[in-house]
Amino acid sequence: MTYLITQTLNGLFSAALLFLIASGLTLAFGVMRIVNIAHGSFYMLGAYVAYTVTARTQSLLAGAVAAMAGVALVGFAVERFFLRRLAAQPLAQMMMTMGFALVFRDAALMIWGGDPFTLPYPPGLAGSFAAGDVVFPLYRLFVVLVAAAVGVALWAVNEKTLLGAKLRAAVDDPEMAGGTGINVGLLSGLVFAAGAALAAFGGVMGGPILGGYPGMDFDLLPLAFVVVIIGGMGSLKGALAGSIVVGLVDNFGKALVPELSYFTLFAPMVIVLAIKPTGLYGRA
Amino acid sequence: MAARERDGLKAVPYRSAYRRVAWFVVGALLVLGPVVFTPYWLGLLTQVMVFAVLAMSLDILLGYTGLPSLGHAGLFGVAAYAVAVLSTAHHASFWVCVIGGIVAGTLVSAVFGLFVSHVRDVYFLMITLALGMVVWGLSYRWIPVTGGDNGISGIPRLESHAGLPVSGPTPVYYVTLAVLIVCGVLMARLVRSPFGYTLRGIRENEARMKSLGFNTWLHCYVSYVIAGAFASVAGVLWAYYNGFVGPTYVDLTASSEVFLMVTLGGPGTLVGPALGAGAIVLLKNVMSAYTHRWLLILGAVYIVTILGAPQGLWNLRVSSPPRGTRRTRR
Repeated sequence: MTYLITQTLNGLFSAALLFLIASGLTLAFGVMRIVNIAHGSFYMLGAYVAYTVTARTQSLLAGAVAAMAGVALVGFAVERFFLRRLAAQPLAQMMMTMGFALVFRDAALMIWGGDPFTLPYPPGLAGSFAAGDVVFPLYRLFVVLVAAAVGVALWAVNEKTLLGAKLRAAVDDPEMAGGTGINVGLLSGLVFAAGAALAAFGGVMGGPILGGYPGMDFDLLPLAFVVVIIGGMGSLKGALAGSIVVGLVDNFGKALVPELSYFTLFAPMVIVLAIKPTGLYGRA
Repeated sequence: MAARERDGLKAVPYRSAYRRVAWFVVGALLVLGPVVFTPYWLGLLTQVMVFAVLAMSLDILLGYTGLPSLGHAGLFGVAAYAVAVLSTAHHASFWVCVIGGIVAGTLVSAVFGLFVSHVRDVYFLMITLALGMVVWGLSYRWIPVTGGDNGISGIPRLESHAGLPVSGPTPVYYVTLAVLIVCGVLMARLVRSPFGYTLRGIRENEARMKSLGFNTWLHCYVSYVIAGAFASVAGVLWAYYNGFVGPTYVDLTASSEVFLMVTLGGPGTLVGPALGAGAIVLLKNVMSAYTHRWLLILGAVYIVTILGAPQGLWNLRVSSPPRGTRRTRR
């Protein structure tokens, strides 16, 4: 029982990180049909920038803010100057993001070297508390709560604000949305930048536990893609559901059959695809 | 189409003579390879030919059927791993390894095909990407069988395993060349067959093909399995050529490199991807000899390719409408 609870909490921690990454991925896909291979790079850059800034300022908060702002800027620039030229050519855009993923990976190696690092825990969250037999690491719980808060905020923006309404219109039919006077181009840039910032935030939140290392960019990316496929491409609700499924399955898979850990993801993905090819909340 | 054929008709005498000479020079160079090239370059050329088979097989999907597969290195890898496991852990004979590798890769593509053949466009891209990563995950974590990060080394050399009385890089080179020619001819026949034209029809307008009575699901499925079979052939060759298989040959970077070969060379042609394979393999090897930053350069190649020659180099010869690209709006 203790084992079950601990593993579930670990699974929810993975799910929380996955949600932060996958929500940006799914939104970029929904609005612009971009399969963003460089999304993992944003996650990586987030951790690296936060590491440098935190080391300079001794403040993890400053590191997180700098990481999100910096990576959002990078994301905005990539969308504005490169991806937008290739609007409605998803294959060319995918290749472009792949190119950027390689460039970012090598640039990170050049700037920060190849040594792995971990970010410091936020003050007061390094410990754990015991409830009966179960020992909860505080930080993992904190990440789950923060991701939940981000999820609620995204939902509120999406459903309750004018920006969200425009966004939903753009996801639904970019051409019609443009025709009604919505600046789909700007919206696309903002969505892409926001997605990049969320991925960077994921890198920072995972930093104290998973750390940063060369190759981390492609570590969570396939999982994030599986999340998006399971949840339905373009759907935030789907990203949430997919994250929980993938986080738990991946975690229990790793714990129970470590040899087949990635393979265990195959099962939920195939089942969902067989029953509902567009994913849980996706539309055809 | 009509306009191009008219232009082509006018230019036929000149073009066909020119082509014949070009093909003859390339053919002579390839046949005389061991005489012309040093062993280092002969090895590189062998590598180019292996990836040419792989890139052409992807082009059946990407260029001719319009299905962008981003997990193709996974199928290639299954075959390579099958050869590695059979030859090292089970000490199987040469033909068992060869056939085992091809069958393993083809079987996996037959299973994967069931899950991807009804989706199109970016959805196909995403799902094949995920399936490719599943293969990568297995190669990386299923340590008792695949050796994990260390991979499997000690695959016997092709000539000794096959019992050939010769050694050195030359026999592998000629075997690869022969396989490349056979696969190239088979694929050229395939794409010019009624089946191949149906695939192109699906690429251009699936709804119309459906209404004409074609079973488009089945065509896409068969196309995927055939592409997987040829990728497996390349995988078997690679295992023998390289003597080592590891997760890096299976991952997303590998798959997208094959994708780049096809895109750079020219989707919807068979020569283009082979040239693209040559360009990328040579670039990687030459660059990594001169600089540690070749990943940066490879990334730049992606970006420049997409901005500069989005239809691929081979398609620049003729000012044709974009090939191998599907409209995304449904």
